[in-house]
Amino acid sequence: MSDKLMHTPLNKLHQNNNARMTAFAGYDMPLQYENGIMSEHLHTRSQAGLFDVSHMGQIVLRGNDFNQVAEALENLIPMEVKTLKVDRQRYGFFTNSTGGILDDFMFSNRGDHIYMVVNASRKEDDIKHLREHLEPLGVSVKNLENRALIALQGPASEKVLSEHYPKISNMHFMDVSTIPIAGAECWISRSGYTGEDGFEISIPNKAAESVTKTLLKHKSVELVGLGARDSLRLEAGLCLYGQDIDTTTSPVAAGLKWAMHKSRLSEGQKEGSFPGANKILSEIKNGSEYKLAGFVPLGKAPIRTDTQLFDNGTSSVPIGRITSGLFSPTQKHPIAVGYIKSEFSHLGSRVNAQVRGKLLEIEVTSLPFVKKNFKKN
Amino acid sequence: MKFTEEHEWLKVEGKLVVVGITEHASSQLGDIVFIELPEEGTTVSKDDEIVVIESVKAASDILSPLDGEIVEINEMLVDEPSKVNDDPMGDAWFFKIKPDNSEQINEYMDEAAYTKLIG
Repeated sequence: MSDKLMHTPLNKLHQNNNARMTAFAGYDMPLQYENGIMSEHLHTRSQAGLFDVSHMGQIVLRGNDFNQVAEALENLIPMEVKTLKVDRQRYGFFTNSTGGILDDFMFSNRGDHIYMVVNASRKEDDIKHLREHLEPLGVSVKNLENRALIALQGPASEKVLSEHYPKISNMHFMDVSTIPIAGAECWISRSGYTGEDGFEISIPNKAAESVTKTLLKHKSVELVGLGARDSLRLEAGLCLYGQDIDTTTSPVAAGLKWAMHKSRLSEGQKEGSFPGANKILSEIKNGSEYKLAGFVPLGKAPIRTDTQLFDNGTSSVPIGRITSGLFSPTQKHPIAVGYIKSEFSHLGSRVNAQVRGKLLEIEVTSLPFVKKNFKKN
Repeated sequence: MKFTEEHEWLKVEGKLVVVGITEHASSQLGDIVFIELPEEGTTVSKDDEIVVIESVKAASDILSPLDGEIVEINEMLVDEPSKVNDDPMGDAWFFKIKPDNSEQINEYMDEAAYTKLIG
């Protein structure tokens, strides 16, 4: 089975560090190392965790100049691209014609081109989607298979990288830059998926192992697997594509309105300026039927993905569904997010989750579960 | 001591059988954060799902290895589920069962066979 899975350039390093491997999006990836999810999670919150995220897609969009590429990309997303300054990054997502989400990603202005990082499970479809819509406009779409991607996350990240590049402290949250680490040309962004200060570092495949080993030499840095990546991102209230958002969920219901720019959503905006604009504009005006909310159970049992939610009456019709749920290592109790009918979504609202045939009371709580600790700009 | 393919251990204690999970199982599950035990006095059949055990990421069931009656549960695990990671073969037993048939336990593996199974 595992020989059919794709390997990242760090596969051998994972094996040598006794990782417990798991299949994820067609890749053989580390679920956890010897210390385990709980310890890896807490280490990232207190010091620095190093994650292999080379399974994610790295894409370069190139045209005559940045403006041409930006205009083309704006056809597919409800964000401004043209206003993005050089060496700055933004969060974005592709919408579909029914107002759902095809994928979410980061994109940055690298002067003469746009660099994107997309989800592993969606990268093939994303590339097809981009090629179909951008190539006719004279923009090329290149899938970078020659680069690995790691994330260094946690409060000690800046200190660790400053030993290789002292000017790292000048970088603000969502800045991007090209810097040398252990002699390799690395593309870094000050961002991540844990709610902590940190960096994502794109490395040429050939140098991936040596750069990673160099960073691991620092006493604050430990390897962290996908298990803790999931618990860290959920505590930070960050959506996981394929679980919390997908082609059927609207960005309005998902609480992602903040990521869409006013100029792209104004009343006068013509349909066709991005896919699903009519549906999304109407949901912004009239509200969405469901909303993504955070939940904390009153009892001790974790509430997992696909758990159905019911109101406190006798109705057997579900009012919502949990999309992600696990035990929060930081808060030491279970946490979850899911979609619930808007009338039940206010803070403090109590509803029932059906777990193994029993109804367990859970309460709507504010997101994120753990305060974000990004570098202040 | 006997062992099941589901990575439970069984130890005869007078007329009762004490049941827990093995070191191997506890390490495979990772950090255990929640345990739901059956009620004392419950009559169970072999392969009934009687214990829920959850790690940070996932839930698993523990099956009853025997037909019988649950006569005692280890309440400590409800408040301190991580004890199963610390001492799975000792203090962190799950329940004591009074088997309907004291011979039923003999169908399970001895330690040598179990050690071979987990290789």
